[in-house]
Amino acid sequence: MQDAESLRDELIGAVDAASGLDALEELRVSALGRKGRITEMMKGLGALDPDQRREAGQALNRLKDEVAAAIDARKSAMADAAMDARLLEERIDVSLPPRPEGKGSIHPITQTIDELTAIFCEMGFTVAEGPHIESDFYNFTALNIPPEHPARQEQDTFYLPPDESGTPRVLRTHTSPVQIRTMQKQTPPIRIIVPGRTFRSDHDATHSPMFHQVEGLVIDKTSHMGHLKGCLIDFCRAFFGVDDLPVRFRPSYFPFTEPSAEVDIGCTRAGGEFRIGKGDDWLEILGSGMVHPKVLENCGIDPNEYQGFAFGMGIERIAMLKYGIPDLRPFYDSDIRWMRHYGFVPLDVPTIAGGINR
Amino acid sequence: MKFTLSWLKDHLETEASLEEICDRLPMLGLEVEALENRAKDLAAFTVGYVIEAKQHPNADRLRVCIVDTGEEHIQVVCGAPNARTGMKGVFAPAGTHIPGTGVDLKKGVIRGEESNGMLCSEREMGLSDEHDGIIDLPEDTPIGASFAEVAGLDDPMIDIAITPDRADCLGVRGVARDLAAAGLGTLKPLDTSPVKGSFKSPINWAVDLPEQDPPLAPFVVGRYFKGVKNGPSPQWLRDRLTAIGLRPISALVDITNYVMMDLGRPLHAYDADKVDGDIFIRLAKSGEKYLALDGKEYSFDEEMIVIGDDGGVDDLAGIMGGERSGCGDETVNMFLEAAIFDPIRTATTGRKLNVISDARYRFERGLDPTSPSWGSEVAARMVLEICGGEASELVVHGAEPDWKRTFTLRHSRILGLTGVAVPEADAIRILKDLGFEVSGSGEAIDCVVPSWRADVIGEADLVEEVVRIWGFDHIPNTSMATDHVVPAPALTPAQTRERLAKRVLAAREMTEAVTFSFVSSSQAELFGGGAEELRLVNPISADLDVMRPSILPTLLAAAGRNANMGSADLALFEVGPQYADATPEGQQTVAAGIRTGQSAARDWTKAARPVDAFDAKADAIAVLELLGAPVQNMQVSTDAPGWYHPGRSGTLRLGPNAFAHFGEVHPKVLREMDLRGPAVAFEVFLAKVPEPRSKGPARPLLKLSPFQPVHRDFAFLVDVDVPADKLIRAASGADRGLVSEVRLFDEYAGKGMPEGKKSLAIAVTLQPKDATLTDDDLEAVSKKIVAQVEKHTGGALRA
Repeated sequence: MQDAESLRDELIGAVDAASGLDALEELRVSALGRKGRITEMMKGLGALDPDQRREAGQALNRLKDEVAAAIDARKSAMADAAMDARLLEERIDVSLPPRPEGKGSIHPITQTIDELTAIFCEMGFTVAEGPHIESDFYNFTALNIPPEHPARQEQDTFYLPPDESGTPRVLRTHTSPVQIRTMQKQTPPIRIIVPGRTFRSDHDATHSPMFHQVEGLVIDKTSHMGHLKGCLIDFCRAFFGVDDLPVRFRPSYFPFTEPSAEVDIGCTRAGGEFRIGKGDDWLEILGSGMVHPKVLENCGIDPNEYQGFAFGMGIERIAMLKYGIPDLRPFYDSDIRWMRHYGFVPLDVPTIAGGINR
Repeated sequence: MKFTLSWLKDHLETEASLEEICDRLPMLGLEVEALENRAKDLAAFTVGYVIEAKQHPNADRLRVCIVDTGEEHIQVVCGAPNARTGMKGVFAPAGTHIPGTGVDLKKGVIRGEESNGMLCSEREMGLSDEHDGIIDLPEDTPIGASFAEVAGLDDPMIDIAITPDRADCLGVRGVARDLAAAGLGTLKPLDTSPVKGSFKSPINWAVDLPEQDPPLAPFVVGRYFKGVKNGPSPQWLRDRLTAIGLRPISALVDITNYVMMDLGRPLHAYDADKVDGDIFIRLAKSGEKYLALDGKEYSFDEEMIVIGDDGGVDDLAGIMGGERSGCGDETVNMFLEAAIFDPIRTATTGRKLNVISDARYRFERGLDPTSPSWGSEVAARMVLEICGGEASELVVHGAEPDWKRTFTLRHSRILGLTGVAVPEADAIRILKDLGFEVSGSGEAIDCVVPSWRADVIGEADLVEEVVRIWGFDHIPNTSMATDHVVPAPALTPAQTRERLAKRVLAAREMTEAVTFSFVSSSQAELFGGGAEELRLVNPISADLDVMRPSILPTLLAAAGRNANMGSADLALFEVGPQYADATPEGQQTVAAGIRTGQSAARDWTKAARPVDAFDAKADAIAVLELLGAPVQNMQVSTDAPGWYHPGRSGTLRLGPNAFAHFGEVHPKVLREMDLRGPAVAFEVFLAKVPEPRSKGPARPLLKLSPFQPVHRDFAFLVDVDVPADKLIRAASGADRGLVSEVRLFDEYAGKGMPEGKKSLAIAVTLQPKDATLTDDDLEAVSKKIVAQVEKHTGGALRA
């Protein structure tokens, strides 16, 4: 009977020399199979005396394990090599472009409205809305603009046929009618903003027959012009992201406010480049004032008990200033190139937490 | 409103600089629109003496001049034919910016002769188009003096915007009064004392107007001047009018214009010899017309106030005089009118006839009701001084309207309304400086409003006057106080939905557009709109004359424009209004979108696919799902409106409630809108989707089954007109406890199918909840599914 030592050398040698998985399997069967050489030798153990049998049995078991491990190791080495070869075959050109995807975008008007809503929400405002087709009463009369008032003529109103009662219908020339609608149905305190479409019959490089305004209205017992200033300064600085933005209030005139103020922000054109912030120049961006006692009366609110302020600004204008959009008219042309260039990523929803000046 | 600095100083005694004045004006509500300071612009141009002008040795048309600038002698090559020895001209040294040519002057050598400056023409100075020669100044002009000063161009011109309430600042004096109140000087007195008339006017007023309140012509004052000498106005008067852009005409006309600009009091001067009989003021008769001073002929209606004489109508009250009776150089007798007309009537007439004049502008904003009296006196003094002659007594119709109003100012209201504490004494001083008669104190400061301030109609106006002059800068900046540290939501659920709809569509690779609310009538009609009540009476153009019945026409038009610019594959959406009628309820917010061309560009992995109705359906469902619509229970019907392809469109609905339409756009619509297909569209009616019942933010408890789901495929043969949806519903309903999903993965009709049949294949997921499915269970549920499908669709399981 061959001794275990020489058999080991022979079998390990054969494992190393095996040419492939088949040869390896053949070798396993011939060594470890039911009729394999090691198995046969195990069977021969019974003829030995107990001491020899234990010794020889242990040696054979070791040999069996050793050979089995060698076969497994060789097998997995072969499998690895085969996979390496296959993976090399599977190589692709990773410089090819990925599958094309469309890119959606949000219009600057929407983004700007979302931004200003986020800011005014922090100051306790809610968003109100109203119809675009208005009665003469809401758009003018209730706002202290009687029929022959020069201010009414200056607004380039679009008219629609009168209603059944013969009252003229107009496309609202400003978002201010929503002031009236809100005051009529809500008891103060009132704190609303009204972003929305407005219409004037004007069409040139700097005017569009449709544009957007945001109105603000605060009515309570104590809000005064200092609050008007504080509110709008806080807004302008947050919106434009300039902490020390100079904001100037100039006396002006609107039929529905008294006193009235126009609001300018600081800017500079130094070096031919326009920039919002501390500078040598001013830019008018909105109109404001304390709500006229007559307007309060028109809405059934006692001006001796309540007071407050209102403001209105052009949304396109502040969007143009903030985002460096040079012209007004392309806002409505729906030119895909413009919308992609000036539009916003859909998931970029403005929040105060995330900052609205990125 | 334009004026010059020296003109302002006629009324304002001040040490303030031009800059101080211009900085202060906007803070008083008088916005400076332009400031022309030609003394500064023309600083480099001085008076030069041509010591010698000799022929250029190498050029026939040029002369070589030696110019004495007062400081040195400089050689200049000059091409002007009138350059000559001994003349005085306008000299600009090298380096000067020449306004007329826009070029910076350089030293140079012209045909071998050095030239170190320039003698200028009026055109080169930017003063006129005159370029026949260089400016030839009078002999006694001092050498080296500033040209602007010599030419009377050194008076800075200020142009301010006047808000509609400030009629008082439509004259220089009003502006001066505001500045004086603001502490920039003192208002000089104005001499309005009566000019004694030496005879009775041969012309009288014949006023015949219907009575109304307020009256149409409450106060009209006239005066006759005889023996006047008309002709060019004195230089100072001409300069002032020229400086503010008015053309000097003749002394009498210039005086009326000057008083209007100076004091805001329009006047009209008739050549009395051209007036036939008395002067009437009445409503026009239909068909009457006149030739106005602007050279145009205007026809009147019976609402308009006109003025005339026995020779006919020759003046539109408060707006513009007529050609026939106007003053000319030959005028020797003049009749001067200073009237008050109803501002509303004046405005209406002016608008109807579209006549714009400085007089109308002032009349319709409201004149000082006392102005006919003092205006007549101030003008008379000027006429007598400049044109000589004799003045008559006044001819007066009506009387000064009652204008005195008293309002009480509570001193506490200044602080209460504006947040700024203005000491009582200062408040009273400001009001007095503005012309208010003030009495009382504390909570009862009584203020009589001056005649020129018709805009002050209550306490709030008094507060504004005080704070306006005190300075808005003194108002504190007080941040808004809020009741809650964490603000409540700013948006209503409906508003939140609109916002979400926009974001979800943009996330679906669509581009948000914002388009006009109006379309053309033909577009509106294609989309079921164009009702009379939604047509603009005064559209800006025929393309934009009716409120849109749907968002789709504006989006499709946008697609057409983009296609013309080379972008045919588009996905556009808009969340915005459409208008069913003119009432507030008729306005509806819709999320609409279109996809055109190829759904995705071809690339190396796959071919392009044209957009189809299912792209639009997916968009609509995505929005509906986000709004919380019961998407699983929604039905699809095939009754989308006429602007969709009748066989390739649908309506998503819950019973009678239509949430959305989707489908291919009708080829006829595409043709009408000049758009090449394919194009698909959807419209989701946001408000139609019921707001989900609020169950709070908590979700229902998630129960996960521990048992393996089983997947089984079935293919059925059904009639071709059986909607797939029906089959899916039947399968889903076969065993609600087990069937968790039914997905249709194949539809086939055509070759190999029996005539009139199609094959629909579904993948069914079975999710057991209580125990693993046995073969018997599977057998049983499969039978149920087949039975339900066969029952509801009339189809059969394919062998």
